[in-house]
Amino acid sequence: MDLSLSTRTEGDSTVVEVGGEIDVYTAPRLREQLVDLVADGKYHLIVDMERVDFLDSTGLGVLVGGLKRVRAHDGSLRLVCTQERILKIFRITGLTKVFPISDSVAEAVAATD
Amino acid sequence: MLSRKVSVATVELRFSALPAHVRTARLVAAAVARRSGVDEAVLDEVRLAVGEACSRAVHLHRRHCPDRPVTVTLVDDDRVFRVAVTDEAPSEQDGSPADDFDEFTESADLDQDVAPPGVGLAVISGLVDDVAVEAGRGGGIVVRMSWPISA
Repeated sequence: MDLSLSTRTEGDSTVVEVGGEIDVYTAPRLREQLVDLVADGKYHLIVDMERVDFLDSTGLGVLVGGLKRVRAHDGSLRLVCTQERILKIFRITGLTKVFPISDSVAEAVAATD
Repeated sequence: MLSRKVSVATVELRFSALPAHVRTARLVAAAVARRSGVDEAVLDEVRLAVGEACSRAVHLHRRHCPDRPVTVTLVDDDRVFRVAVTDEAPSEQDGSPADDFDEFTESADLDQDVAPPGVGLAVISGLVDDVAVEAGRGGGIVVRMSWPISA
């Protein structure tokens, strides 16, 4: 399955809903989306990963890049993920200490406000 | 009649160093693993580990030898499913994921938001119990991984 991306506004946050596979081939599109949002002045991002089937270290690199971009504007980047196979990759790489990870978009929105 | 021999490839895949082919390699690896009898619960691990090894190889080939292919060998070795991913590019520093990502998340360089090259190998080490990295031909490395076959 290819990558799907959609964005919407919730409160002060912009939710990026990601579906499908984030890998070395598709990650540049996610990167572009995050870069565009920040260029647009959206500094509080929530990346909803509940419909992601596959994530590798290339995808992690793009998420870290997004985090660095919003931080440069005192913003935030929160992840929504409850899938064990995806969470495992964040744990292996030590990134659970870097990203706030919520169980739901509502929880992430509440944490941002 | 053919006798079953160790180290004879069940399936061998050789692909140009393009990101789009990494997905193909993942799908083929998972399909052959499933057919060999690797436990369904472990297939995600096979998919991710093979993807990481191939992404790393593609990344290095594009930088050093874009015309050379990456090779993936998948062997149904009776009780063990063996995978070898072979590249021909000179290895770059491969560190631990924590160190690499610490440095990466703290650097202010926004143009460099590609995961450090060591992270792929480190993910594999964190994921797969049986993994070995050996020197290959042409200055590259071979990442060997194996999973038990349950049936």
